[in-house]
Amino acid sequence: MDTRAETLTATGIPTGKIGVWWFLASEITVFGGLIACYIVVRLGSGGWAEASSHLNFSLALLNTFVLLSSSLTMVLAFAAVEDRKPKKLHINLLLTLLLGLTFLVIKGFEYAGEIAQGFTPGAGIFWSFYYGMTGLHALHVLAGIVVNLILLIAALRDTLRPNEHRVELAGLYWHFVDIVWIFLFPLLYLT
Amino acid sequence: MKIFSTDHKVIAKQYLSAGLFWAVVGGLTAYMIRWQLAYPETEVPGWGFIAPDFYNMLVTMHGTIMVFFVAMPIMLAAFGNFLIPLMIGAQDMAFPRLNMLSFWIFFLASVVLLLSFFVPGGAASAGWTGYPPLSAKVEYTGVNWGLNLWILALALEFVSFLMGGINFLTTTINLRAPGMTFFRLPLIIWMEFTAAILFMLSVGPLIAGAVMLLMDRVLGTSFYLPERGGEPLLWQHLFWFFGHPEVYVILLPGLGIVLEIMPVFSRKPIFGYRPIIYSTIAAGMLSFIVWAHHQFLSGMDPRLAMPFSITTIIISVPFALIVFAMIATLWRGSISFPTPMLFAIGTLSIFIIGGLTGIFNGSAPVDIYIHDTYFVVAHFHFTLFSATFFAGFAGLYFWFPKMFGRMMNETLGKTHFWLTFIFFNAVFIPMHFVGLGGMMRRIANPMQYEFLQPLQPINIFITIASILLLISQIPFVINFLWSMIRGRAAERNPWQANTLEWRTQSPPPHSNFETIPVVYRSPYEYSSPEVSEDWLPQDQPLAPSAAARQ
Repeated sequence: MDTRAETLTATGIPTGKIGVWWFLASEITVFGGLIACYIVVRLGSGGWAEASSHLNFSLALLNTFVLLSSSLTMVLAFAAVEDRKPKKLHINLLLTLLLGLTFLVIKGFEYAGEIAQGFTPGAGIFWSFYYGMTGLHALHVLAGIVVNLILLIAALRDTLRPNEHRVELAGLYWHFVDIVWIFLFPLLYLT
Repeated sequence: MKIFSTDHKVIAKQYLSAGLFWAVVGGLTAYMIRWQLAYPETEVPGWGFIAPDFYNMLVTMHGTIMVFFVAMPIMLAAFGNFLIPLMIGAQDMAFPRLNMLSFWIFFLASVVLLLSFFVPGGAASAGWTGYPPLSAKVEYTGVNWGLNLWILALALEFVSFLMGGINFLTTTINLRAPGMTFFRLPLIIWMEFTAAILFMLSVGPLIAGAVMLLMDRVLGTSFYLPERGGEPLLWQHLFWFFGHPEVYVILLPGLGIVLEIMPVFSRKPIFGYRPIIYSTIAAGMLSFIVWAHHQFLSGMDPRLAMPFSITTIIISVPFALIVFAMIATLWRGSISFPTPMLFAIGTLSIFIIGGLTGIFNGSAPVDIYIHDTYFVVAHFHFTLFSATFFAGFAGLYFWFPKMFGRMMNETLGKTHFWLTFIFFNAVFIPMHFVGLGGMMRRIANPMQYEFLQPLQPINIFITIASILLLISQIPFVINFLWSMIRGRAAERNPWQANTLEWRTQSPPPHSNFETIPVVYRSPYEYSSPEVSEDWLPQDQPLAPSAAARQ
């Protein structure tokens, strides 16, 4: 008998999708907890706006566009699966991957610039949160890149079938990482 | 049996073995702690002299091991993994490979924690709650790598249980057999399901908090260091926002085991099936808004004490309902007392006492006097020891035939129960009085305090009883190992129970069922007038005549 998770469902919802949504639910509490800490500690002390003004706003804005574009290419990759267009799938997965890498590289330049000015993780409570929040987010971007890389290799080797729905699942995670940044960007850079 | 198996039953046994191994280590730390408290500054037989630093390490590791490496793997992982697919009529977990990965990450966490004993400076010694600034700076405890590895081990364990939790939830939602609606699920499945949700939604902030603590120690950040703008109380909030739901993550499976066993040996349907489920959900939701009752004396805003006292006392209502449902299930049943039933009733009676002292602790005015005393230590041992060990043993004696295909010895089992029950109470009832007498937690030598010296005879009594409690586990070890090899072969359904796991072979084959069962009814239809036997399995179709009467 076929016992693969993909084929069994008591609710009609694909099992993989339920798993990913529960995973994202717990991920939300990780970043939710971190963001709540940031807000509470910030409200209880002063001098954060001054520290925040040393961040490189224009690089971060560019990075926001990079990450948002990668969400678009991720959706296009999913659409390519639905339309059964392997070429389009390969290109969009590759673009998502490259945009994710670009985000990390730009983030790396940002870190280097800040550390060069003396704003290390130990430079104060704002910098503790800044490096903690963006660092954890960057690790999530890295994980997403690895997932997309695995999917891309499978797609190029034509071994993705019958698991094309994994592109959608990876997309759910990728959009989540994107949305986290949408929260981090104004909290850290715009206030 | 493959070591790298994706079979949920093998993984359950692996978690069980790991948990039992750690229980031995945790028991030895308890022995050393108790010896030091009764006969301070003397050599512990079999070990040697205990310095105050080492004592701090012992209490830290005792708590860490018992909560995270005994209770979690046994109550959540072992029973959840073994029972969920079998009881919902599935062939395995939804993601078997993720399940295997979950165990091996837990194994890695165990290795890291074991290693932490042997690094220079010794293992973590900032308390199992790891409060900063004590835990955030190396010079405060003198422990550097021990504490870093402690954080790493906990982080790995959380990752492992997140994977397990995703499996528990997805499996229960999507892999139920035809006819197995949510309101036909056995209560242990409801309990494991709720526990998994509680874990997954509460552990996130602590993962963030643990990252912050590690950064403070390694990267020089100042999240918890007040001299550079940090906030030590933040950790306490993050820890207990997880820590209190965590108590129920351990407790709910224990209650589920008791609820599963009581109808079987009372030959009666469970009393109040749906109210028990609603109570569980209510308790689960309330558990997210009680955490600061651990912090009445932490220096947080005292105006917060009253709301948290109120929610804490409200949460006793759903648990009282579950306790009354258990008693009402026994009421006028035709009760027999094999070992699992003895341990189930033992769980109930001890849990009631632990629940009642919880109301003392949860009331801020009372807690001011008993906070951080041995009264609190006695309280949480009454709840957690009953949930983990009494309920855990009940579950092991009950499902051992299904796990290993053999019966356990009843005489040894009953001896084990009575010795454990008597010495447990001999240890922890007097501990309340020591606590009310003012003895603080985490002090290495009570004789240094003049006002505690008159209490020392009670401390000596507790220590002797605790050594006897440890010795009382020997019948279990013999019974467990001997029965696994030489026990009487178990038939499919030795207890004449209704749930699906008893409908397959003992032990079940790789994909559990010959054919996927079809479920017709709720799990507790004992002494039904529809059939001549006093049990009616969930998947047994009624004969046409009986079906017509229904």
